Amino acid sequence: MATRHARTAARIMISPAVLLLLGWMLVPLSMTVYFSFLRYNLLMPGMEEWTGWLNYEFFLTDPAFFDAIGNTLMLVGGVLLITIVGGVLLALLLDQPFWGQGVVRVLVIAPFFVMPTVSALVWKNMFMNPVSGLFAHAAKAVGLAPFDFLAHAPLLSIILIVAWQWLPFATLILLTALQSLDSEQLEAAEMDGANPLNRFVFIMLPHLARAITVVILIQTIFLLSIFAEILVTTNGGPGTASTNLTFLVYAQSLLQFDVGGGSAGGVIAIILANIVAIFLMRMIGKNLET
Amino acid sequence: MARAVSVRRKAVVTLVAWTVGLAIFFPILWTILTSFKTEAQAIASPPLFFGFDWTLENYATVQERSDYFRHFWNSVVISFGSTLLGLLIAIPAAWSMAFVPGRRTKDVLMWMLSTKMLPPVGVLIPIYLIFRDTGLLDTRLGLVIVLTLINLPIIIWMLFTYFKEIPGEILEAARMDGADLRSEILYVLTPMAVPGIASTLLLNVILAWNEAFWTLNLTAAQAAPLTAFIASYSSPEGLFYAKLSAASTLAIAPILVLGWFSQKQLVRGLTFGAVK
Amino acid sequence: MPSLTRALLGACALGVFSTGMLSAAAVAETITIATVNNGDMIRMQGLTEDFTAKHPGIALEWVTLEENVLRQRVTTDIATKGGQYDVMTIGTYEVPIWGRQGWLVSLNDLPDSYDIDDILPAIRGGLTVDGHLYAAPFYGESSMVMYRTDLMQAAGLEMPEAPTWDFIAQAARAMTDKDNEVYGICLRGKAGWGENMAFLTATANSFGARWFDMDWRPQFDSEAWATTLTFYLDLMADAGPPGASSNGFNENLALFQTGKCGMWIDATVAASFVTNPAESTVADKVGFALAPDNGLGKRGNWLWAWSLAIPAGTQKEAAAKAFIAWATSKEYLDLVAESEGWANVPPGTRTSLYENPNYAQVPFARITLDSINSADPTSPTVDPVPYVGVQFVAIPEFQGLATAVGQQFSAALAGTIPAEQALATAQTLAEREMRRAGYTR
Repeated sequence: MATRHARTAARIMISPAVLLLLGWMLVPLSMTVYFSFLRYNLLMPGMEEWTGWLNYEFFLTDPAFFDAIGNTLMLVGGVLLITIVGGVLLALLLDQPFWGQGVVRVLVIAPFFVMPTVSALVWKNMFMNPVSGLFAHAAKAVGLAPFDFLAHAPLLSIILIVAWQWLPFATLILLTALQSLDSEQLEAAEMDGANPLNRFVFIMLPHLARAITVVILIQTIFLLSIFAEILVTTNGGPGTASTNLTFLVYAQSLLQFDVGGGSAGGVIAIILANIVAIFLMRMIGKNLET
Repeated sequence: MARAVSVRRKAVVTLVAWTVGLAIFFPILWTILTSFKTEAQAIASPPLFFGFDWTLENYATVQERSDYFRHFWNSVVISFGSTLLGLLIAIPAAWSMAFVPGRRTKDVLMWMLSTKMLPPVGVLIPIYLIFRDTGLLDTRLGLVIVLTLINLPIIIWMLFTYFKEIPGEILEAARMDGADLRSEILYVLTPMAVPGIASTLLLNVILAWNEAFWTLNLTAAQAAPLTAFIASYSSPEGLFYAKLSAASTLAIAPILVLGWFSQKQLVRGLTFGAVK
Repeated sequence: MPSLTRALLGACALGVFSTGMLSAAAVAETITIATVNNGDMIRMQGLTEDFTAKHPGIALEWVTLEENVLRQRVTTDIATKGGQYDVMTIGTYEVPIWGRQGWLVSLNDLPDSYDIDDILPAIRGGLTVDGHLYAAPFYGESSMVMYRTDLMQAAGLEMPEAPTWDFIAQAARAMTDKDNEVYGICLRGKAGWGENMAFLTATANSFGARWFDMDWRPQFDSEAWATTLTFYLDLMADAGPPGASSNGFNENLALFQTGKCGMWIDATVAASFVTNPAESTVADKVGFALAPDNGLGKRGNWLWAWSLAIPAGTQKEAAAKAFIAWATSKEYLDLVAESEGWANVPPGTRTSLYENPNYAQVPFARITLDSINSADPTSPTVDPVPYVGVQFVAIPEFQGLATAVGQQFSAALAGTIPAEQALATAQTLAEREMRRAGYTR
């Protein structure tokens, strides 16, 4: 069906999208790359000068840099783990017949609609606060000392908050995939004496593989640049315990107003994100081959 | 379901599912409850679940302080505007990738997705300078453009996966009947892809509604959406849990209601090609 | 389904349509004011009818934001000359830096009736660069000790008017009753240059410590800083609330108001919140004292003023000036007193307010003034320093640096790193930043 005419038409139709995205990528990116070689602080105009690799040197030798990379990976990995395991379990649960399916499904997907800032504020103040938060009250009610989430487990707390927001998304995709599973196949396996665990491992899981890949890809894209949740809850601390790469770049460019250093950080973050992307694409490519 | 499910099993599942559902929903419920308390009751110890004097005072205060409807309308314009513009650009692109795939189609798609990995904080200053020079600062048009570009990759990918499900023969049949490209897309493809387009639209409205970095940093008074509205209630001096809860409820309610009413459409299409 | 889709598409169409028509109804000149979401500013927003009645040609647009977001927004805007605001709310940290850059409009030509000489000298000095007043103070604050008179009495102690750190430490430990959730002292622990570092920098001044010596060499390796930090950590471990490392002004305010703190050293503006019976359960049991010292000649209190300034290059300078003259005038203070009572008047800006017999009735009026007067931004430390500012160092690098250092101290408070390591890292961070910015080689 791919006549020459169709090919030309296809090129024409895809070009606005490609050109726009190319522009969106290249214009700010080239400005960022240019700035990254300047000594350029917004608060000291008129002092811009070429500094070569100095900004990169300072960003890469920042004591927080390796912590930030580690935290970024932990954050992405942790949230993916929770949402996928939780999502599979929830999908299995919601796939069963029970009373009030519609309402429960509505309850489960609700967190996805909540603004990240709002959910971070609510979790921080009304749940995790060690004095007036609900968790503290619950701990005291059973005679335990309240746990100070954001001070003693800052990264884990942020992972939990973010996972709460993304769990509905994973659940929905996995549930849709689960519902498309041929029930006859399951019944046949049951006839053959396969126990529920075997049925899950050998029939459902392979069927879900594709959906899980999709969830990983989409969530990774969003999770790499998690920022609002950290800003609202811990400000990257205590120490650098919850500083991810995005937050480090933010601290450079909007706290120090050091555009040069921030740009260098931005360029490094983009390079690293693309390494992750290539890695992901490989994985996806295998699984999404049609 | 071919086999009968025992009532007892159903009851157990019901109990578990409701418990889990309510637990997941609880933070939102708690926020809504808190919004009807006074500030003192909001931090009362032990916490008050229902036995408090319900008050609308917080909502009145919030409305008096900041014009909710203006922010709300800005959010509506920005999220729907950017989604619609995105769809206009994405539908032809997705069509060509789905029906006239080339050797590099997959690479192009993946490249598009990778543009979403740019950390926004890294490029804020360049964008701010561009917006200043083009007069787009604090305009809804400016935000529509930025959010369109940000979400375009996701829109294209979602549409691409739906379009691929549509058998090419149908399009060819239409072509045999003399349909040109425009009518092929408009009258054959689009109606068949309505569920997909609807769910793409919904997902992107949600994403755009909740986008809090660009919407906050590129606006001042005129174009500020609900994300900026929230920023005026987080951590002021003095007690603020109840007012924050009221503002939060107001900010998330529209999208929550929209999401609930249209969850069937959203779910139906939210597969990203995950289902073969 | 189709009906829903149609409705959604309809909404989109409407949205796109209205994008085109930007505010058409702007007959009056509209000025955009960026401000912080603190109580006094919110109150001002509620009283603007008085202004618009006097200036019918000027309409006001408010952008009210949380402090950190506000700072980030206005700094980006003024540095890039974005021109989105006509009046900006900024603090004593920004004014000297921005004023020197020529980014602000001089307010020296405000009318005589404004009575510029009435502004408290300490505050005015902090807002003046090379003889030009670059921002008009909306409210000023220092820090002081707020304590529970009932708990102090129960502990068998009496708070002197000007306590020492030793007394504070002793009293805090005596008042602590952790089983009943009463903690002797609540102090800031949340990382941030305007949060824990404001408190710790001011405290360090009274311990004889300083950020930099006269050659801009960072001083975190000094004995005085080690003493300061150890004192703070020990005190908080013995007598502080749980989770102190995430407590800022607000969190501590909530703790104090619910009766969980014996003492709290923080901004003087908090006095009107903790004595307000509508919000505070301990409103009638609060006493005030000056911030503590160590007998070295400097007290551990800071100086801050939220002020209104006009970015250079605005088209609406006259209207913006008219607004600032109104919002920071004597008449505005009377207006607030009339509608909200004297206790809610924005404090700490005008001498005449403190000479007013009505205002003298307010329990925290005199102590606020004394606190403000005892802070000296031009000579904040025991040993000489090359910088201006009590709880900050008025150089552009300070925000980022102090926040990073604050993270270290916050981590030390949370117990994740020892004090020595926090100080060593702080020293390294500061040395790096100073070298990078070209102060030291």
